[in-house]
Amino acid sequence: MKVSLEWLRELVEVRQDAADLADTLTNGGIEVGSVDDLNAGLAQVVIGVIQQLDRHPNSEKLWLCLVNTGEKSFSVVTGAGNLRKGDKVPLALPGAELPNGVSIQASKLRGVLSEGMLCSAEELLLETTVGAKRSAGGILILAPEAPVGEKLAAYLGLDHHVLDLELYPNRPDCLAMVNVAREVSSLTGEKTHLPKWADTTQLPRLPFSEDIRVVIDEPDLCRRYAGLLVDDVKIAPSPDWMRRRLSAAGVRPINNIVDITNYVMLELGQPLHAFDWETIEGAVHVRRAQAGEKLVTLDKAERSLDPDMLLIADDRKALGLAGVMGGLESEVTAKTRKILVESAHFAPVSIRRTGRRLGLRSEAANRFEKGVNPYGCLAALGRVSELLVRLGAGQPLALVDEVGRLPGPRQVIFTARRTAEVLGFAVSERDLRLVLDRLGFPFKLEGDEFRVEIPSYRMDLEIEEDIIEEAARLLGYGRISATQPRGGQTEGRRTEQQEFRRRLRHVLVGAGMDEVTTYSFVRAEADAAWGSAEDAVALLNPLREEQGVMRTSLIPGLLEVANRNVSRHNLDVSVFEIGNVYLADQPDRPLRRLPRESLRVAGLAAGKSKRHWLTSPYVHDFFYLKGIVEKMARELRLSFVFRPARDEPLLHPGRSADIYLGETKVGVLGEIHPAVAKEWAPERGVVFELEVDPLFRQAGMRLKARSVPRYPGVQRDLAVVVPREVPAVKVRERILELGGELLQEAEIFDVYTGQPIPEDHRSLAFSLHYLSPERTLTDEEVNALNVRIIEGIQQDFDAEWRKE
Amino acid sequence: MVRLQEEVRRLEAETLALLAKTDTLDGIRDLKVKVLGKKGTLTALLRQMGSLPPQERPLMGQIVNEARNKLEQAWNERERLLEERILQERLEGERVDVTLPGFRFPEGHLHPLSQIIEEIEDIFLGMGFEIAEGPEIETDYYNFEALNLPKEHPARDMQDSFYISEEILLRSQTSPVQIRTMERQHPRLPVKIIAPGKVYRKDDDATHSPMFHQVEGLFVDRGIRMSDLKGVLLNFSRQMFGADREIRLRPSFFPFTEPSAEVDVSCMLCGGAGCRVCKGTGWLEILGSGMVHPKVLAMGGYDPREVTGFAFGMGAERVAMLKYGIEDMRLMFDNDLRFLRQF
Ligand SMILES: [Zn+2]
Repeated sequence: MKVSLEWLRELVEVRQDAADLADTLTNGGIEVGSVDDLNAGLAQVVIGVIQQLDRHPNSEKLWLCLVNTGEKSFSVVTGAGNLRKGDKVPLALPGAELPNGVSIQASKLRGVLSEGMLCSAEELLLETTVGAKRSAGGILILAPEAPVGEKLAAYLGLDHHVLDLELYPNRPDCLAMVNVAREVSSLTGEKTHLPKWADTTQLPRLPFSEDIRVVIDEPDLCRRYAGLLVDDVKIAPSPDWMRRRLSAAGVRPINNIVDITNYVMLELGQPLHAFDWETIEGAVHVRRAQAGEKLVTLDKAERSLDPDMLLIADDRKALGLAGVMGGLESEVTAKTRKILVESAHFAPVSIRRTGRRLGLRSEAANRFEKGVNPYGCLAALGRVSELLVRLGAGQPLALVDEVGRLPGPRQVIFTARRTAEVLGFAVSERDLRLVLDRLGFPFKLEGDEFRVEIPSYRMDLEIEEDIIEEAARLLGYGRISATQPRGGQTEGRRTEQQEFRRRLRHVLVGAGMDEVTTYSFVRAEADAAWGSAEDAVALLNPLREEQGVMRTSLIPGLLEVANRNVSRHNLDVSVFEIGNVYLADQPDRPLRRLPRESLRVAGLAAGKSKRHWLTSPYVHDFFYLKGIVEKMARELRLSFVFRPARDEPLLHPGRSADIYLGETKVGVLGEIHPAVAKEWAPERGVVFELEVDPLFRQAGMRLKARSVPRYPGVQRDLAVVVPREVPAVKVRERILELGGELLQEAEIFDVYTGQPIPEDHRSLAFSLHYLSPERTLTDEEVNALNVRIIEGIQQDFDAEWRKE
Repeated sequence: MVRLQEEVRRLEAETLALLAKTDTLDGIRDLKVKVLGKKGTLTALLRQMGSLPPQERPLMGQIVNEARNKLEQAWNERERLLEERILQERLEGERVDVTLPGFRFPEGHLHPLSQIIEEIEDIFLGMGFEIAEGPEIETDYYNFEALNLPKEHPARDMQDSFYISEEILLRSQTSPVQIRTMERQHPRLPVKIIAPGKVYRKDDDATHSPMFHQVEGLFVDRGIRMSDLKGVLLNFSRQMFGADREIRLRPSFFPFTEPSAEVDVSCMLCGGAGCRVCKGTGWLEILGSGMVHPKVLAMGGYDPREVTGFAFGMGAERVAMLKYGIEDMRLMFDNDLRFLRQF
């Protein structure tokens, strides 16, 4: 809502300047988005008189003028040929920034200095009608009495600011100037000077007509339908003051009839519509459209209607879409002599549905959707009637008023005690009287109860808390001090599950990975490839196609991050994300219940570690990422089992593993299949993805400590040569078995292929740690165990051995 | 005797001269063996003492011993000197360029939003709030209706949501967790939670992202006042943005609170004097808040005549942008490693 201060001052005393008033309103809960100075561009445009007019010495097309502004004369070059000596003209001085964006400097034109610029109406974004007829196509020529030296804006009465209110949905009343005036009065304590017509209980003094019949078929959708019949309509432009106010409010002036309806809408908040009375046959009906019914609206589009839309119609045809847009056939034209001005109340539901379905927006529809005072219809017609007469635009004849279902009066009861309890500061009855007086709400005090009559225009006030907010607003939120809640201490701590998730995040960061956050919605094809197409949940109204489905895997998001980074030459990537995937978990579409949200952790690595003079870089390959998964397992006290992956067509068949916790598969790890890598990923990218909640259930959060061994252990190295296809983990398991309880650990520290190992074999070197809790082990028994292990492995895996 | 005496003197002088010329530890050790060893020259002179008359022997012994002591002393000194020199040489040889970089441990980085959310969580945990969670895909009932936003309510236009079906949508706020928590906890008091999480709205520009993170707060108990809301949020703001922060409440509107308040924090960049970030006002709008609407309390199963409560919500991205001076919200979802590795 754009509020012109010049207009507002007519309705309420305003002592503050625009900026201070904006602060007052904002701090009172009516947020002012911006304050525009409409004549900012005219600040350095003054009225001058042409003292001398000569041809430019160097140009046929230019003129050289001497322009006097009272104290000083300026030499100005102009190209316009409509000037005469003695004309009063707008002169833009050097430094001016005109409303059309042009900045004015003193500069030489064809060798002659021009100390400013004479302006046309267009350059000043003014209507040409503000000047003499000779202004057309040239410099704006002002009336002969225009005062030389005065600022143009002040002379034209353009001297005003506009506050742009950003209204919350609970305050549609402030879409009306009179209610903004009331609000200003409530917040500043200044008096309103609202005219009679602002009072909705005052009825216009006009007869009710018997000739106009209104039939409301839908009393719930049309609570009231009032009309004003006007004769002797004379279509003409409206006066300057009205045009100016409309323009300031952002409404384009059209002609007196349209302007009056718009003006009253801005003033009182009541949307109005004028029909050409001669086009109406029989009664006015407010009814639902029939399926397939057609109407050509004012914007000349033919609309196909359905029974969810409310129509204004006569006995034979549709006249307009109720509260949204009128019909072309009943439009007021230059030939119109008699009109019916409609002032009605339509329910937001119907307006919203109609507008949505037809993709049609209008100021009236916008207001009805937000809420219009159903008691304001007649008062608005009274004001229209007054303006018609004042502007000589027509002769009001009679009123019609048909009531559908009007809401009853509202009374709210509240007390000072409860107000103080909710707000947390002392509130007296005197405070509340002041508040209610300022609001202008009638009330009675019974015992300690204030019984407040809520005026019909404050549609937002229904319950005690609403009035408490009004009290807080008017007394000032600044009176609320900071207190500590009474009542006992409570203990706040993360649940074990929340703590687990937090640790998981920190463990991965500790492993040198960077955390990323990607959108939960992804491209459907990518998700189908990496996740589960049958579990995917699609958005009905995605922002863009590549954000069409809720992810069922985190990997597509990570691949996108990796690709984006690689394309920006951030080649060495090691990233992870912890976030939900969304699984429909039901065959029904549309969904019958909420999908399952499951927390996952996924990682992606590509490139290699940073180069460093001490160490050679390690490649971000399968074993790098596996190492991170293993570190995660160690730190969270989980034991993962890795088995060659099955059924992972997008992963390298020889470099991918399913990850198990016990017998349950919880995730996957692998290099992206080279055949798909081009499409999806950076070269040799590696990914993993794990379910988080099974990990949490298995994780040994509670640690049981063991004491330090009392006897020294014995370290032995051992290498075995086994066929290549034998998994290392099998050899290790067998070694641990053969070593018995004295063998504590067997770690692979070297893998070797090449001479002199046969081609289809490889050498695995283990570091074995023997320990007894009871005694110091002798060399003999350890040697015997080593021999047993070697012989066992040889036997089981057809392995040769060699001693390191 | 005199001959012997002279020989000792000569040997002593020769040996001292030789010692001074010998530069290696091995060299002086050899010299020591040659002179002082069992078969050494000085030892040999001592043996010749047997040929002297008995009355001269003590004097001669004394002379030889003096020479021996003198030589040993010189030898020790020389050894110390050489050892020192060798150590010096070794240290000199082992000198490294201490300005070269040390071993590189790879460091990872927590996403700025994770850091901010963890920090917010920790502050409220410290004030006795628990952390509650709820689904990101919600029913219309929890996301709107139970929050006093019936269908066709004009305030629904404040947020343009992503829909899955007519009744299921991506939550546009974390507020549905208020209702879910009250339902779960009813009738126990107090209800004292924060609910961080992802929310979704159809916006995409420098200050809006279609997915972002909110942290919701709810405190319901007997006798909760709006001034308690201010107390808790003042405490939070000071821990989050600095001990000298102030806050102010401004009237606002949310369908699920009444009265409602916008919470401004005094600008941490200019200290309230006014700057570009606070648009010259000295204040930054950070939270939406208010007293829980009676209808919402009732929807959660609590009797609004017996309990009151406050609720608040803030955008984690906004907090991160202010705290770290991030200009474009989209950077946080762009995941450029050069951006992320600053945190
Ligand atoms: Zn600032």
